[in-house]
Amino acid sequence: MNSILSVVPIEYYLGLSVILFTIGVMGVLFRRNAIIVFMCIELMLNAVNLLLTAFSTLHGEAGGQVMVFFIMAVAAAEVAVGLAILVMIYNHLRTVDIKEMNKLKW
Amino acid sequence: MLNQNLPFMILATLSVFSALMVVLSRKPVHSVLYLIFCFFTIGGHYLLLNAQFLFAVHIIVYAGAIMVLFLFTLMFINLNKELEPHKTNLVKAAATIVAGTLLLVMVSTVTDTGNILPAQVSQNEVGTVAVLGKKLYGDYVLPFELTSILLLAAMVGAVMIGKKKTES
Repeated sequence: MNSILSVVPIEYYLGLSVILFTIGVMGVLFRRNAIIVFMCIELMLNAVNLLLTAFSTLHGEAGGQVMVFFIMAVAAAEVAVGLAILVMIYNHLRTVDIKEMNKLKW
Repeated sequence: MLNQNLPFMILATLSVFSALMVVLSRKPVHSVLYLIFCFFTIGGHYLLLNAQFLFAVHIIVYAGAIMVLFLFTLMFINLNKELEPHKTNLVKAAATIVAGTLLLVMVSTVTDTGNILPAQVSQNEVGTVAVLGKKLYGDYVLPFELTSILLLAAMVGAVMIGKKKTES
């Protein structure tokens, strides 16, 4: 079975991943709602996952896809703890605006 | 050539569009829904790359678990009001410039790297459950078991952080 990479150059996947990652970075810088900042971090993780999978298919090496699997597990753990922290912050401050979370700043 | 590229192009356009909408839409719930759509298109990319196992895991973990957690939190603290104050144009311009510069740096890095790619695409089937299962329980069995400890720790941590402090 022919791989998609024999018709789509790997550079396209590089470009797509870079664009998705940059959109994620922009979202982190842009938004003030902490939940959306979190979602943009997920977006960046997914851009990296996509590139890892593309290169793993290109090289015919399963290690890259195993790595993606581990990244997904770590992302799930991170989201669970992060959202719990956000809910606690909301209970204390009644907001999830990251501008209000400045007690540790100075 | 173009015809064979077409599925990738459609999926890539949808991914970028929905990712942009995650950042740009005003209501948080819309952002979550666009992010779910974005994850489905990325799952489509995995299918195109013959990574069936990752496709299944991605749909189950991201679209099934993580996004439900996000939606649940969002509804739990009832944030669908547009309470987010608009950022000043200066901050918006600064964020766009920083992101654009990052894009430029990454693109130039990629183009300057030279040819590191193999001459031809490998025809090995690596994305199937059989291959990845052997790999996961063979070479990577220790990290795999450590992942279970990580998930257990995350679960205990989330419960500890999230529970109400009734005593004291």
